[in-house]
Amino acid sequence: MTEKTRESYIWMFRTMTRIRQAEAKVAELYMAAEIPGFLHSSLGQEAVAVGVCAALESGDYLVSHHRGHGHLLARGGRTDLMMAELLGKESGYCSGKGGSMHIADVSLGILGANGIVGSGPPIANGAGLSAKLRGTSDIVACFFGDGASNEGAFHEALNLAKVWSLPVVYVCENNQYALSTPLRDHCAVENIADRAAAYNMPAMTVDGNDVLAVHEACVQSAEHARSGKGPILIECRTYRFLGHFVGDPFVYRPDGEEEEWKTRDPIPRFRAYLLENDIASKQELEKIEAEVAEEVDEAVQFAKHSPYPDPESAMEHVYSDWQWGNEYR
Amino acid sequence: MRTITYREAVREALAEEMRRDSSVFLLGEDIGKKFGGTNKVTVGLCEEFGDERVRNTPISESAIVGAAVGGAMTGLRPVAEIGFIDFVGVCMDQIMNQAAKLRYMTGGQTKMPLVIRTPGGAGRSSAAQHAQSLETLFCHIPGLLVIQPSSPRDVKGLLKAAIRDSNPVVFIEHKMLYNTKGEVPEEEYTVPIGSADVKREGADITVVATQRQVYAALEAADVLGEEGISVEVVDPRTLVPLDTETILASVRKTGRVLLVHESVERCGIGAEIAALVAEQAFDYLDYPVRRLGARNTPVPFSPPLEDFVIPNAERIADTVRSMFQTAVYKDA
Repeated sequence: MTEKTRESYIWMFRTMTRIRQAEAKVAELYMAAEIPGFLHSSLGQEAVAVGVCAALESGDYLVSHHRGHGHLLARGGRTDLMMAELLGKESGYCSGKGGSMHIADVSLGILGANGIVGSGPPIANGAGLSAKLRGTSDIVACFFGDGASNEGAFHEALNLAKVWSLPVVYVCENNQYALSTPLRDHCAVENIADRAAAYNMPAMTVDGNDVLAVHEACVQSAEHARSGKGPILIECRTYRFLGHFVGDPFVYRPDGEEEEWKTRDPIPRFRAYLLENDIASKQELEKIEAEVAEEVDEAVQFAKHSPYPDPESAMEHVYSDWQWGNEYR
Repeated sequence: MRTITYREAVREALAEEMRRDSSVFLLGEDIGKKFGGTNKVTVGLCEEFGDERVRNTPISESAIVGAAVGGAMTGLRPVAEIGFIDFVGVCMDQIMNQAAKLRYMTGGQTKMPLVIRTPGGAGRSSAAQHAQSLETLFCHIPGLLVIQPSSPRDVKGLLKAAIRDSNPVVFIEHKMLYNTKGEVPEEEYTVPIGSADVKREGADITVVATQRQVYAALEAADVLGEEGISVEVVDPRTLVPLDTETILASVRKTGRVLLVHESVERCGIGAEIAALVAEQAFDYLDYPVRRLGARNTPVPFSPPLEDFVIPNAERIADTVRSMFQTAVYKDA
């Protein structure tokens, strides 16, 4: 193994750990009523965000969805600015205007997280078209869930992407549930990847709890998209450890299902892999875990100590460069 | 000055902006080679700019507007065509939740320089799904600009301004005006977004009318002028932002105001302007504010039914006359 590969594996471990610890902390803060609104946790789905983002280049775009904290962190977003946004603070990524469902760092190529299921794929196409028309080799990674694959916008988008041969990698995070409805009850096909065939688009299904499998699939898919062969779809089979939103008691989950999936928890699994293959030492990994814990604590402190935005700032950012200001008339 | 049609004016605006700025491109159903769009606006553009910049799409309005949103966030200036405004029903999410809000939701991290061109309006028996006037829906969504030009000169100048603007613009053309001719300068110009235009000066009453109803109001004004009523016709041209100053100045001058539009009267732009006048020019009024919108029905198919529902010069003139009789409130 080259040093570069080793570094990449360590980055994956650190980033999955960061998402795990941040999501756990966020859930705790939410239950303590320190986070307003509601939020969707990606706890358990860390390998998808990290495996995909590890395969992206710096100019590439990312389209997130309502369960998007992990995407932001995996793409290099800052934990402190994320925490501040979740708490509705001025220093947050979106100045307190977006919150959990809309958290994004556009400077990292993230074109929004989205509160509307299935709205991301059409937007991803626009970024792909843009990359193509501007003559770059940038690609777009578009995350969506199994539930989103039942939206009309998703199907319109896949068809158009193929017709226009756009450089988009559609990444399905199949976490087995569309809100409370299990896959078998909401989806006419067994695999979300099967849907790509209707658009003459290559697709694959991978173990979404195996970060290296996700990464490998995304490296291949990114190469496909970047080389001008058009869009491609990766279905990552994974599992949501919490309910649809934090606080959802997940009563619709059958007995034993959680335990079964937890045997395939992506983080202990990758940790064991790193140790068994002498890629990292136990001390090294524990050090990373401790560093991440400290970083997450600091991020929470930063967020808690940040001021709320000035109420009048609600009037800003409705329009841009507009001499009429932001008033409604 | 030379005279061209409203359709030609739109086409010129598109071509000039595409020549001026390589990030401008068009996308929409059947807008490309050998067809030129449902209303033939884009005829010839594909030949000049190629099919990379004049992009035919599948019949997939969400995918069209979504592609415009993603393009606008990443360095392009997309101009999307939706063949009839009625079709926004199948892509409203991309307009109202994405284009209008992504800048705000990200705390100003992005701009959204896109234009959605779409024809509205009744007048040729297109029935309830191809003849609506839905402008007010968009006025109710902060983040969108809403433009509704009536003349060839205005449609060209405003479309050029809309393409250069950094905000998402719903640019509503009127399907019955495409063949209307008018003077359009040959030299470069734009019309500022947010400026109303006094289409005819008058002393006794202000008629604020939009798009095709501007022509109906002007026709009514001719007739009323012969009867001794001097009508001022104000065309807002853009609904968001609304040029409140020009409208209020006219009302303060005349003391009477009638608001005319083709969208249904209930909650139309007339209601908004009526509230504006009540709030800021009440003391100047000599007569209650009156509205004349389409009747609160879907647009019917058969010509006599459609004529009954949509305002016209005769109904405008009748309403104006009634406003010079003893002040009585309009029957419910």
